[in-house]
Amino acid sequence: MSHVRVRGLSKSFGAIDAVRELNLEIERGELMAVLGPSGCGKTTLLRVIAGFEQPDAGCVVVSDEVVAGPGRIVPPERRRVGMVFQDYALFPHLSVEGNVAFGLSKRSREERDALSRRTLELVGLQHKARRGVHELSGGERQRVALARALAPEPELVLLDEPFSNLDATLRAGLRREVELILRDAEATALLVTHDQEEALSLADRLAVMRDGEIVQVGPPVEVYGEPATRWAAQFVGEVNVLSGVARGTGVETELGVFDLRVPATGSVQLAVRPEQLELSAREGGNAEVVAREFRGHDVLYRLRHEGGKVLLVQLPSLRLHEVGDSVFVRPAPSAVPALVD
Amino acid sequence: MGLTARRLDGFAVGTVLCALLVAGPLIGLPLSFIVAPGGLSRFSGFVPEAVEATAALLVGVGAGTFLLGTALAALVSFFEFPGRRWIEWALVLPLAMPGYVFTLFALGLDLPGIRSTLGAVCVFTLVLYPYVYLLARAAFLSQSRTLLEAARGLGLSRARAILRVGLPLARPAILGGVALALMEALADFGTVNLLGVRTFTDAIYRVWFIAFDREAAMQFAMLLVSVTLTLLVLERLVRGRARHAQLATRGDLVPPLRLRGVAALAAAILPLALVGLVVIAPLAQLGVWSLQSIHEGLLAPEFATAARNSVLLAGMSAILVPVVALLLAYGVRASRSRGAAVASRTATIGYGLPGSVVAVAVIVPLGWLERRIDGVAGTGLLLTGTVIGLFYAYVVRFLALAWGAIEASLIRIPRQLDDAARGLGCDRLDVLARVHVPLLRTGLVTAALLVFVEVMKELPATLLLRPLGGDTLAIAVWQATTESLFKTAALPALLIVLVGLLPVALMIRLSGRGGVDVEATPAVGAWVDEPEAVPA
Repeated sequence: MSHVRVRGLSKSFGAIDAVRELNLEIERGELMAVLGPSGCGKTTLLRVIAGFEQPDAGCVVVSDEVVAGPGRIVPPERRRVGMVFQDYALFPHLSVEGNVAFGLSKRSREERDALSRRTLELVGLQHKARRGVHELSGGERQRVALARALAPEPELVLLDEPFSNLDATLRAGLRREVELILRDAEATALLVTHDQEEALSLADRLAVMRDGEIVQVGPPVEVYGEPATRWAAQFVGEVNVLSGVARGTGVETELGVFDLRVPATGSVQLAVRPEQLELSAREGGNAEVVAREFRGHDVLYRLRHEGGKVLLVQLPSLRLHEVGDSVFVRPAPSAVPALVD
Repeated sequence: MGLTARRLDGFAVGTVLCALLVAGPLIGLPLSFIVAPGGLSRFSGFVPEAVEATAALLVGVGAGTFLLGTALAALVSFFEFPGRRWIEWALVLPLAMPGYVFTLFALGLDLPGIRSTLGAVCVFTLVLYPYVYLLARAAFLSQSRTLLEAARGLGLSRARAILRVGLPLARPAILGGVALALMEALADFGTVNLLGVRTFTDAIYRVWFIAFDREAAMQFAMLLVSVTLTLLVLERLVRGRARHAQLATRGDLVPPLRLRGVAALAAAILPLALVGLVVIAPLAQLGVWSLQSIHEGLLAPEFATAARNSVLLAGMSAILVPVVALLLAYGVRASRSRGAAVASRTATIGYGLPGSVVAVAVIVPLGWLERRIDGVAGTGLLLTGTVIGLFYAYVVRFLALAWGAIEASLIRIPRQLDDAARGLGCDRLDVLARVHVPLLRTGLVTAALLVFVEVMKELPATLLLRPLGGDTLAIAVWQATTESLFKTAALPALLIVLVGLLPVALMIRLSGRGGVDVEATPAVGAWVDEPEAVPA
């Protein structure tokens, strides 16, 4: 049995269905990410699991206890579910230590001290225990928020867009740090985000959410490499959708032949990632460079194909093509794109 | 149907009940016309008299505070002269001077013609103009310089630009201030009673104490309420439009014009003379009389008791009223119930209403309840004969004062903090105790201070509801003044004014700091801006 189970969950606000008959299972110790555009209902899902909203239908089970379901609503304070808020929601009148120990008030004094010390060490802030939260940097505040949620040893930790308030430069480092802290604490965690990179790099599994429903669940590699729908392909990373004719294990397109993972026949749509194409400079090639986005370690080119189609191609920044150059585009060797609707 | 089909929320129910308890007596006022339809006719002589005096008072005080308050606000906002920064705040000081204390001073000096409607108009204008002054000043200071500059570019002199652009722009704020001053004048009992002006509050007092006719008193109160409510609605309408005014951003303020020579001297001296007349001279005179009264043994024998009663009543109210206000405001937030929100707003209606109205409204249901309890337990005058009735009236009358302050601070606490605390194992009362109360501390202390001062000054409700031997300083002042024992009245009056200076000093200090203390500022704002919390 999964550690956390969400079954047939629905929640609407007036005429808006924020969450629609949603199912989701999280294993013990797993780090699960819910990825979706803003307004897709992911924050509502989190708030229903935490107990701040009550579902219209369906149930939430945490560690074999029904915390929300027909005839049973456990109030948030008795759910053993910790939450890290988007803007951290640290208590401004308490010190770092006071914040971390806030959820331990029902424990004995020794236990409280031991737990809050251990948690502060876990997030590496033991030396700032007595500081006021207003004295901390953004990254430190976030670690305090995480420590506060982890200290009472919850069955599940929820993280609501935890990195959205941080500088881009801080974000990558903190992401890794938060992941390590969560794994150290052996916590089961559910994180919601609209940032694809974040979800892909952090989660054991990720669930792609759209309009209150989950479109696809799976490990990041699978969700990225084999998107279930065209929308999921476009939302999780960038994609070129090409039409082609499948003949067994190959698909013929205007750019050449792509390999298929599962044999198919007839006319199909292919989701080709920018890195699944390659190009070389050639006079009288089949495409022209329209724009170039230099990203340091790699380059994203926007090409106009001779058939009129705009294509995205991502290459290592070893050799650069200029805007206006004529180039030849073809499938990258070993590229296996997915079929989509 | 959802599985959460509107479960009964204890918090929402508690909040609604509490709010009904506070607002109930006021809602019950109109019932007196049904219970005793002929009540008013027994005192038919009082009605035209009261209407005439009240109307004259409203017109006079309206014109007086409008002219004085606006002129002073324009002076300190648009001109620069020596001592302006001090004068700007000194002009607020009359807020600490209750009308009946200034009346005591004027009667004691035997100023000619003071015992008349005109005299009352003068007294009210002098002590109430700060309402207009403060709101007009805030409006002037928020005006963008570009508007005045545009007017001058179109050929207007500076003075005419202020008159034709600055003043109309500030009109909603100024009228709002006038409405506040008028409501204070309507609510007053001490001044009009001492000066022999027979307004509605005076009529309520006479019907109550001379004729002992509760139903008729309620009906007079109802008439007074309708005047007050009309003013409230007008104030709301005018204020509602003020939001569209163009506000200046920082650095875009109207630069004040530096006055020189005689003009500068006059600009500094006239306001100081005004403050001298309204605050300094009375304080000095009261000081002299106080010393004389002590030397000559003229102090009332009950003085010590009255002082103790005042401090006890004010102190206990300063705890009780903010606590009720906090529970109401938090109940609305925690239950997220619209019914609770409406109910608690209704509960704050008492502040727009005169103390005598509140007293009359409170006593009838209490008396009814008391007879029921007496019938069962034989407890006698358990409610109306003790301070319980008085505290009830204070809660009804001053709840808005504390509620406004606390609510203003409460909405600054993000709801996520509530959720965070709930997620960490707090139930809703824990959240209140462990998160809100510490964060609201400054606001709560300010609310307590404001209630303390207002209860110290309060006269009509205390007069009508005090238990036997329960005289306060305010009553001592009024009593001695009615008997022309001015020296006897001086010391208690002096104490009331000195205590009343505390919140004014607090407000000035906070404003001087440039609004650093976000929690305390709205509380003081709520005090200057009293009926803000009252629904229109």
